[in-house]
Amino acid sequence: MVGGAPRPGLPVRGLKGIVLLIACALVILPFLAVVSTSLADQQQVTESGGYVLWPDRPNLDSYRAILSGGVVTRALTVSVGITVVGTLLSLTCVTLLAYSLSRPGSFLHKPVLLTVLFTLFFTPGMIPTYLTVRQLGLLDSYWSLILPTMVGAFQVIIMRAFFQEIPGELIDAARIDGANELQILTRIVLPLSKAVIAVIGLFNAVAYWNAFFNAVLYINDTEKWPLQLVLRTYVVDNAALGVDTADIAGTVMPPAQSLQMAILVISLVPIALVYPFLQRHFAKGMLIGAVKG
Amino acid sequence: MATEVETPPAAPAGGAGPPRASASRPRASRWARFGRDRFLLLLGLPGLLVVLLFNYVPLLGNVIAFKDYQPYIGIYDSPWVGFRNFDVIINGDPAFVNALTNTLVISFVQIVVVFPVPIALALVLNSLLSERVKRVVQSILYLPHFMSWVVVVAIFQHMLGNAGLLNNFLRAHDWATVSIFGNPDMFLTLITSQVIWKDAGWGTIIFLAALSRVDVELYEASAVDGASRLRQLWHVTLPSIRGVIVLLLILKLGDVLTVGFEQIILQQQQVGADASEVLDTYVYFNGVIGGNWGVSAAVGLVKGLVGVVLVLGANKVAHLLGERGVYSK
Repeated sequence: MVGGAPRPGLPVRGLKGIVLLIACALVILPFLAVVSTSLADQQQVTESGGYVLWPDRPNLDSYRAILSGGVVTRALTVSVGITVVGTLLSLTCVTLLAYSLSRPGSFLHKPVLLTVLFTLFFTPGMIPTYLTVRQLGLLDSYWSLILPTMVGAFQVIIMRAFFQEIPGELIDAARIDGANELQILTRIVLPLSKAVIAVIGLFNAVAYWNAFFNAVLYINDTEKWPLQLVLRTYVVDNAALGVDTADIAGTVMPPAQSLQMAILVISLVPIALVYPFLQRHFAKGMLIGAVKG
Repeated sequence: MATEVETPPAAPAGGAGPPRASASRPRASRWARFGRDRFLLLLGLPGLLVVLLFNYVPLLGNVIAFKDYQPYIGIYDSPWVGFRNFDVIINGDPAFVNALTNTLVISFVQIVVVFPVPIALALVLNSLLSERVKRVVQSILYLPHFMSWVVVVAIFQHMLGNAGLLNNFLRAHDWATVSIFGNPDMFLTLITSQVIWKDAGWGTIIFLAALSRVDVELYEASAVDGASRLRQLWHVTLPSIRGVIVLLLILKLGDVLTVGFEQIILQQQQVGADASEVLDTYVYFNGVIGGNWGVSAAVGLVKGLVGVVLVLGANKVAHLLGERGVYSK
């Protein structure tokens, strides 16, 4: 980008290097400490006073303990279920709505579009939304974690913009060949829109996985808690985690910090798994909606 | 065909220009169009229903701000009370004023301290000559954005908390420990640094995109005119991304009454309501927990309206200053 500008002097380059190095270290070091502590054994955790930057004798005891069918295991199942079902439903609804809005001049096209756009400007507020969810009988139901955030106007608009880029000749040709709307969508539009579908899907998945406050609001039954609430209770609020140690009899109970950090790591695993895919697409997907012109 | 609602947010990079006319559907009579498009409508229906159910029904639900809402008789039958629920706002109920003050202070700090960080970071990243280094740094700095607030707060607590890594280190060296969590004086600093940690890297995306469009010839011309690199930054780079900066500032302004709800509620117990109650937590504790439905709905309603007015107002100002703003007209 600096084009014809002269190369900066050494001090400037050195300063930039230091700034970026510090920035990266501030991100990486905490993760390193979290992972290391989750893998460390009792002796090292005690010696270091709680937290470890590098495990001397790494072991998976804490993971075994929390995944042996207790609270964390159950919450993990809930979170995975919500994320998978929520993402699939959300993608389906958003895609269909975006597609039906991507054909200017169709019946009721404009009022529907305005209806969707308006929600960007005025969000309904927590109390009325809570009362609606309660009125629908969704309190303490997993649907309360899925439905309210299922169709985001912004996603519809991004996807619609993408669909509108598809040459109209293609669609006209298919129609002349006798394809109906659903066939046009599945055979022509969707295959050409894989990138945007991937972006929206991954963003949805991350949002469902990370959703915390909806669960605080709508789920009172601790048996139905998703992972983020468990994380809050046992890691942020430091409540003692009752772990069933029967499965790992004969071994020393893993230290509390290791257990906590193991929960934290588990909640990060899906993000780490999708991150490379996110990386590839998201900047583009983001910018479609964000920067104009 | 009128196109004012038509303008898609943007053409994707390298896009093929405006939608072809042939993709649009010609005007026919209303019934003919209904017959022709009914299947298309049907496809959009599930999504539309969800939008109506979770955006518009609650919007109507705001009437309880003007009612003495009693859960057992329902919204419809609860008696009207006019503006009585707005009394806490009008008379300045101390708890409400505290929440409002905290919200405004936090918002102000976020605009003054947090907002410029991604811009500065983007400028540094943009001036890197090695694409590879840039990619790696970006991948690292984007990462925290994808963590939930619970994870971010947990990580901070275990790094900086009273029993965390930092204090363990200080204790091990017989130095004085620092009290960061649960310390009202530190709360603002703490949440500000959390916001920066989580989203500063992510925030660079949009500025980097804007920077990549700056015309290289401008740099060459200014270099010929003898501009130093600092002057180039001031006279070429910053003016080129001014539009984006203004746009994001306007959007931020619409959120002045909304500050990190999840983030704050996660840490409120330790630090107490005095330092950490904001409008959203006030609405939550007062309404959902306390059962003061009408009052909380009134506060939420005013908050939403103020947000809309601020965005529209700021946009107007931006237009007067010759910027494009969020939408142009």
